[in-house]
Parts: sequence; structure tokens; C-alpha cells
Amino acid sequence: MLILTCPNCGIAADETELHADGQAHITRHGAGASDDDLEEYLFMRNNPKGVHFERWRHVYGCGKWFHAARCTMTLEVFGTYPAQTLEPPKDLVAKIKKKRPDWEGFVK
Amino acid sequence: MKRYSAFAIAREAARYHTGWERAWRSPEPKSHYDVIIIGAGGHGLATAYYLGKNYGITNVAVIEKGWLGGGNTGRNTTIIRSNYLQDPSAAIYEKARSLYETMSQDLNYNVMFSPRGVIMLAQTEHEIRGYQRTAHANALQGVKTEWIGPERVKQLVPIIELSGPRYPVLGGLWQSRGGTARHDAVAWGYARACSDMGMDIIQQCEVTGIDKSGGNVTGIQTTKGAIKCNKLGMVVAGNSGHLADMAGFRLPLESVALQALVSEPIKPCMDVVVMANTVHGYMSQSDKGEMVIGGGTDGFNNYTQRGSFHHLEETVRALIETFPMISRLKMLRHWGGIVDVTGDRSPIIGTTPVGNCYINCGWGTGGFKAIPGSGWAMAEVIATGEPQGLAAEFGLNRFQEGRFIDESVAAGVAH
Ligand SMILES: Cc1cc2nc3c(=O)[nH]c(=O)nc-3n(C[C@H](O)[C@H](O)[C@H](O)COP(=O)(O)OP(=O)(O)OC[C@H]3O[C@@H](n4cnc5c(N)ncnc54)[C@H](O)[C@@H]3O)c2cc1C
Ligand SMILES: [Zn+2]
Repeated sequence: MLILTCPNCGIAADETELHADGQAHITRHGAGASDDDLEEYLFMRNNPKGVHFERWRHVYGCGKWFHAARCTMTLEVFGTYPAQTLEPPKDLVAKIKKKRPDWEGFVK
Repeated sequence: MKRYSAFAIAREAARYHTGWERAWRSPEPKSHYDVIIIGAGGHGLATAYYLGKNYGITNVAVIEKGWLGGGNTGRNTTIIRSNYLQDPSAAIYEKARSLYETMSQDLNYNVMFSPRGVIMLAQTEHEIRGYQRTAHANALQGVKTEWIGPERVKQLVPIIELSGPRYPVLGGLWQSRGGTARHDAVAWGYARACSDMGMDIIQQCEVTGIDKSGGNVTGIQTTKGAIKCNKLGMVVAGNSGHLADMAGFRLPLESVALQALVSEPIKPCMDVVVMANTVHGYMSQSDKGEMVIGGGTDGFNNYTQRGSFHHLEETVRALIETFPMISRLKMLRHWGGIVDVTGDRSPIIGTTPVGNCYINCGWGTGGFKAIPGSGWAMAEVIATGEPQGLAAEFGLNRFQEGRFIDESVAAGVAH
């Protein structure tokens, strides 16, 4: 069972308490955006085999959103962090890089 | 290729079964093919088969990293139906269903197609309206389905409990010509027919890179070396994003786990397929007597071919309310597959931003039923180089153009 620690309330919640909401750090294009940008925002996804940054919501807990870094090949959780950011924290990226030397790094 | 027949069985019985030949050859890859298909699942093999059968293109290799049929094709619950809402879906799924009817004869391989009928239960007012709408749409599309009331459901499925406390059965969408087939036999049958046409099926060979020149595909890198080709078809389901990445383009889909389980075998008790989409569960009985059960997908990206246990629990809990008699059954096996889910829950078949590179993916939780129709359509796209025929509406560009084939709300979540 997947267990993620909610950075908002500090609880280590198992996945039945959480809701997954896909790729994090997507640029949310709005009215007036080009077709390419809207397609990118609404439909295109990195879907990597390996390190994935994603949005989660602690639905049956504090109710707040947060981000997680996870490996889609092993289900290893590298860490969680607050949602109020445009990219993952530097120390988390460094930690992942150490564990996965072949990883290309965070790409938006 | 020696044909299978009652006579062949008698002949082999008389000589201690020493004369059966291998169903397909396992050759080393040649240096060049006219067409390479990546992925020896049902869709990849069917694509190769119809390239040969419909277009006479037989200098073809199907490259598979594991064993053929070992992906989702060998992991699914084998429900076959064509009662979709949108016209392009109805066309391709109905083509597939009709090809299933004659597949055993066509391939000279028993795929055990069993048109036992499929019911999709309506358990909310919303579903009643949704399925009645689908029944009307199907009538216009020439797909035979019918809306049936609870009494008829009970007649067809005596073991069902109609008056569940939370979700009573209010009726259902009935497709009498839907059913099931033996999943790996479909892959094996196509593989044998392809091999017989002179195509090479290369197993235990992973594609690790895509070679391009001037924006066009020229070949692939594999664990068995480089292979050149004129045209490339990617048909790798849950791994599509990964392969697209190698070729240098992006896809509008995500890979998630979908699970299934089977019970111990019991005496025949249910001779139709029942799907309960509101409560996320579906069930049929295999010829061996096992109850074959499936549910919904996990919510998060996953490539492990393992799913979350609580989803199985939810599925079984829901089905026990609908079929109380299964509460004492022991479950024998459970497994997962990685399904590629698009934004509108419809597949992608067509050209890609890379020249001479074609893709067939996004079948998600429900592509077993589509195998022959999908192969038929994909072969046309590859042979002609144009996204036309049954594939015309399923192009990758529909997401940018806003032409969705939205089956996510109408046809329920799975299968
Ligand atoms: C649990 C479960 C239940 C399902 N139930 C149903 C159902 O009842 N009805 C229905 O219609 N559908 C169902 N489906 C969906 C159905 O199984 C799929 O849509 C269908 O099998 C997809 O077939 P495919 O040939 O595209 O993919 P696959 O059978 O997955 O084949 C793709 C192949 O590509 C290979 N591959 C991947 N990467 C590489 C590489 N780099 N190099 C070489 N080869 C590679 C893989 O090894 C694999 O064999 C279910 C799926 C699951 C998981
Ligand atoms: Zn919390």
C-alpha cells in the first residue's frame, strides 16, 4: 500500500485516505492561449517510466493539496512537498539524482 | 503450415502426437523489413496479420520485449461488446465484434469466441437514462442492443440480487451478441497466421531506441541489434509514452494499473457477462468454472503491473452485494496490467509527428474486444500512409482540434 506523508498536516496517510491527481507543475494556460498550449495543458502528459512529480490531495484528512515525487517503476516514494511551488525543492531533486544517476532531472 | 482439423487430431492420436509442428517460427531478426511492428500483443499481431491479408505486405517483423501475448492481451477479462455511444467507436468496435464471430475459421485456430451476451447494469436513475440513450444510438448505428427491465435481468442472471440496499438493479443494456473469447488464443492464432505468411515474430527483444533521419523513421535499436525498416508501427499499450519519448514526441495519455482476479472453479451458475459500472465491478464465468472478476483502475501512474489491494477489496465488496452467493468463494489468482488511458477514453490510431511512424495506443481498460477491428484499421493506415477508414476519427490531432470521441461518461469506466 502506498503511504505518503502529507506536508500540510504531517500525517503519514495510506492511499485510501488520498486522491491522486496526476502530473504536477503543469502550466495552466487560460483564455486566449494557443491550441498548442491548451493541448499541452489539458492532455499532454510526461507519463515517465521512473521519476514522476505528481499532485495529491489529502481528501479524507486535512483536505489540502500537496505534491509527491515517486518512482513509477518501483513505487518508491522520494518525498512530498507543499503544493505552493512551481518546481520541486532543490534538495529533493538532489536526493533523487543521487538514487537515480541516469535520471535526466526535473523537466517541466 | 499444417491445418488444424478433426482429421489432424485423429492422425496425431494414431502416431502419439509426434507430428504437430510449432505454431510459429522464432527466427533471428533480418537487417531490414518493409514494416516493423513494436509489440506482439493482440493489436500488434492483428495489425501485422491484416497488413498481409488485406494489403499483401508480408516482409514484416513483430518485435516483442517479453513473450507474445504477455502484456495486457494475456491479462484481461476478455469482455467483448460494441455498445459504445459515439459513431466512430461503434464502427470500429462493431467491426471488431463481427470479425471475432469468424476469427476461429479465418485463423484456423480456436479462439473460443463465446457470444453469450453482455449486460451492463443500470443501478442509478442516471444510468437508466444513459443506457437508454446508448440503446437508441446503437439502433441508429446498426449495433444490436436493447434496454431491458429488472425482470429480464433476473431471468438472464438468476444469481443476481435485484434489490441491493444501496444500488438496486433498475434494468440494463443488453447486447446479446457480445461475449468473451480466449485471450491468449487470439494472440497465438494471429501469431501462427503471421508466421505462416512469412512474417518474423521476434520475442525477448526489447526496442531501446528509434532511429530517424530528416524527421523520418529509418529503423530501431533493440537488444538484438539495429534493424532497419521503411515503416514503423508502435503498438505497445502501457509503454506507449515511453516509446513515443524515444521517437521524440509526446502523447496525451497516462499509464495506470488495472487489476483482475479469478475464483476457484464452481459449477456453471452464470452464462452471460455482467458489468456493474456504478459500483466498479464486472464478472463472468470461464469455461473452467472460475468466476472472472475485474474492477476499476488505480488513480496514479504506475508501470509495475501490480495494483493496489484496496481496489480489489472495493470491487469484491460491490460484487458481493450484487451476487450474494459469491461471498463464500475463494479467490485463486489476481494480477495487474498497465493500461494507457487518454483524456477522452478513446484510442489513438494514426500518424505521428515523425514520418513513416504510426501509432496505435490508448485502448486503456477496454481494448481486447477491439483487437481485430484495430488491427484492420491500423493496417490500412500503415499500408496507405493515410489516417483513413475506421481510424480516420481516432487521430492524435483530435486533442488539439477539440474533436473528442468522448466515451468516458457514456459507456462507463471499464470494458
Ligand atoms: C486487468 C485487465 C482487464 C481488462 N479487461 C478487458 C476486457 O474485459 N475487455 C476488453 O476489451 N479489454 C480489457 N482490457 C484491456 C485490454 O487488455 C487491452 O486494451 C489490450 O489487451 C491491449 O492490447 P495491446 O496489444 O495494445 O497491448 P499489449 O497486449 O499490452 O501488448 C503490448 C506489447 O508491447 C510490448 N512492448 C512494450 N514495450 C516494448 C519495447 N520497448 N520493445 C518491445 N516490445 C515492447 C509488451 O511487452 C506487450 O507484449 C483489460 C486490461 C487489463 C489490464
Ligand atoms: Zn493532510
